Amino acid sequence: MNLSVRKFDAVVVGAGGSGMRAALELARAKLKVAVLSKVFPTRSHTVAAQGGIAASLGNSSEDNWHWHMYDTVKGSDYLGDQDAIEYMCRRAVEVVVELEHMGMPFDRLDNGKIYQRPFGGHTQDYGSPKMAMRACAAADRTGHAMLHTLYQQNVKANTQFFVEWMALDLIRDPSGRVIGVVALEMETGEVHVLQSKAVLLATGGSGRIFYSSTNAFINTGDGLGMAIRAGIPLQDMEFFQFHPTGVYGAGVLITEGVRGEGGYLLNKNGERFMERYAPNAKDLASRDVVSRAMTLEIQEGRGCGPNGDHVLLKLDHLGADVIDKRLPGIREIAIKFANADPIKDPIPVVPTVHYQMGGVPANYMGQVVVPGANGPEEIVPGLYAVGECSCVSVHGANRLGTNSLLDLVVFGKAAGEQIVRDVRALPESHPDLPKDAADRPLARLAHLDSASSGERVVDVSTDLRRAMQLHCGVFRFPQMLKDGVTKMQEIAARAERVFIQDKSKVFNTARIEALELDNMVQSALATVVSAEARTESRGAQARDDFKDRDDANWLKHTLYFPDGRLEYKPVHMKPLTVDAFEPKVRTY
Amino acid sequence: MLERLAQEKLKWKCRRGLLELDIVLERMLRTKLDGLDEKTLAELEVLLELPDNDLWDIVKGKSDDYAPSLNEMVAMLRGL
Ligand SMILES: Cc1cc2nc3c(=O)[nH]c(=O)nc-3n(C[C@H](O)[C@H](O)[C@H](O)COP(=O)(O)OP(=O)(O)OC[C@H]3O[C@@H](n4cnc5c(N)ncnc54)[C@H](O)[C@@H]3O)c2cc1C
Repeated sequence: MNLSVRKFDAVVVGAGGSGMRAALELARAKLKVAVLSKVFPTRSHTVAAQGGIAASLGNSSEDNWHWHMYDTVKGSDYLGDQDAIEYMCRRAVEVVVELEHMGMPFDRLDNGKIYQRPFGGHTQDYGSPKMAMRACAAADRTGHAMLHTLYQQNVKANTQFFVEWMALDLIRDPSGRVIGVVALEMETGEVHVLQSKAVLLATGGSGRIFYSSTNAFINTGDGLGMAIRAGIPLQDMEFFQFHPTGVYGAGVLITEGVRGEGGYLLNKNGERFMERYAPNAKDLASRDVVSRAMTLEIQEGRGCGPNGDHVLLKLDHLGADVIDKRLPGIREIAIKFANADPIKDPIPVVPTVHYQMGGVPANYMGQVVVPGANGPEEIVPGLYAVGECSCVSVHGANRLGTNSLLDLVVFGKAAGEQIVRDVRALPESHPDLPKDAADRPLARLAHLDSASSGERVVDVSTDLRRAMQLHCGVFRFPQMLKDGVTKMQEIAARAERVFIQDKSKVFNTARIEALELDNMVQSALATVVSAEARTESRGAQARDDFKDRDDANWLKHTLYFPDGRLEYKPVHMKPLTVDAFEPKVRTY
Repeated sequence: MLERLAQEKLKWKCRRGLLELDIVLERMLRTKLDGLDEKTLAELEVLLELPDNDLWDIVKGKSDDYAPSLNEMVAMLRGL
């Protein structure tokens, strides 16, 4: 088959905050750069981020990067790489000030400096009870403002966008170097080869693999599927952060602010159960504590509704005035997605998947690293990863709020800088493409086009999401995990055999959803297999049979390989310039 | 009724960055797609071109920042 081949210095897959920050660095260095996105760039999921971006500017309270580093290491439950964390916290101030100079409309203090607010887990003086005011925000639209700012800057710098193009697979040469991607142009249905000296994965998270998820529908883990199919392992995929209060059935997030204003959770007996689990903090205990308590209530038969599968968030006692004035938007969300008006009725909620800590293993220059003859972290030439699809790993077993937007811009910029150096060191001309460069994705498409029977994509993906929620949720039980692995393997086999009715080439959304399902399958398999094997509780992984963190055996990163095998590699305990923060019991 | 290509393009334009919009627009596709014609599609497209947060503010009734000609379409989305 004759495919069109286009040549670039760099191809960035994904136009969220991380991909666009990297692309900007590349375009400004006058590299020929293509950015691919399934949707219009400013419709990437980064647009959903409200809370803010962390940086120790010290504008609103005393602060410094070393305190920020401590909070991040502790928040990660000591699984974060301390060199990468130091790097991120030190560069935070620079990248946020840069965003300000690009025109991002941050909230300001009277003296004109960026206003900063407190956020869970961010403290002064190495975990003292005093909160650090470290989150910079643009009203409740921080992600939106960031995305729009970066998009405009990229347009100015002549970045070439390929909108509604879906990357399908990486192309590697026989030596293992990544030399391009195969992509589907939705408008025409044509498959193209984009040859490139550097490929950066910035495809965001795979939060849609769970039934209850705060993530938009596009978050299907495509970069993770592409990596696995190219023989690259995924790191620490067992760690997904749950938000305690997603609307039951819809996933839409109800902010912590509701409990901050005095809302509280009830079980089916009308009991305010958080008083039992966290007598002091009660409903304001940390996210993982509240999520686990909710799950226990449901598991032990005190859940609400005909299936006993959720709890209730009560706020009618706050009165219509407080609800309307101090919790804007909550009433609309509850009415629209839960069919409950919180002025009279409680909102049904469940712990809901929010953020993926694991991903494609990368160092703090964005270079993808895999085990090889010379150690656990050999660079894969030509391949880079940033943002939620990568595992650098700064979030370790648990991410601190507002550290993700920071990770996007710090490592987006760092990867951009590294790519510029690497591309300039390469010969001008591109190598020859292997003959089979696009065989795998073309075969997959051919199968979808020719299959005359099979299962519907939506049935398989719904089963996948339900299985992940049930077997690999907030609280993890040994037998459930074991069964979950088997179930996911069955679902993976079913996904191979899906069938789509619409065989048209041009703009075929059924085809796209089938291809997304392939990627969700890879992310889900990596997650459940890694979770089953890790016999400890750490950060976001809470096991019923191993309730404690086990540093003697498990202070290490998981690597899940394409054949289902697991390997482990050490955590980087040594920061770049300062002393290590040794693991301590994590209490808040 | 719209032809296949227009329907498919519309479906993809309904993939958003905000889950709230994904859900509302999915409801719209499920219940109203067959009733859309060229005129109503054009109205919907104007709204879908808006940034996610602006569109969500309109759908949830916080903002009325849209042309009067879109009144009916907005009312339909708000009712979903
Ligand atoms: C409701 C919510 C609120 C949040 N609030 C905060 C907050 O306040 N602070 C914070 O720090 N973090 C927050 N987060 C987390 C943070 O928003 C995300 O982790 C981050 O935005 C991810 O950015 P990204 O660049 O990695 O990917 P995304 O923004 O998800 O972008 C992914 C890009 O990849 C493209 N793509 C995907 N697959 C393909 C493919 N196959 N081919 C081509 N393109 C593809 C998509 O089109 C998109 O452009 C929040 C998350 C949620 C869900």
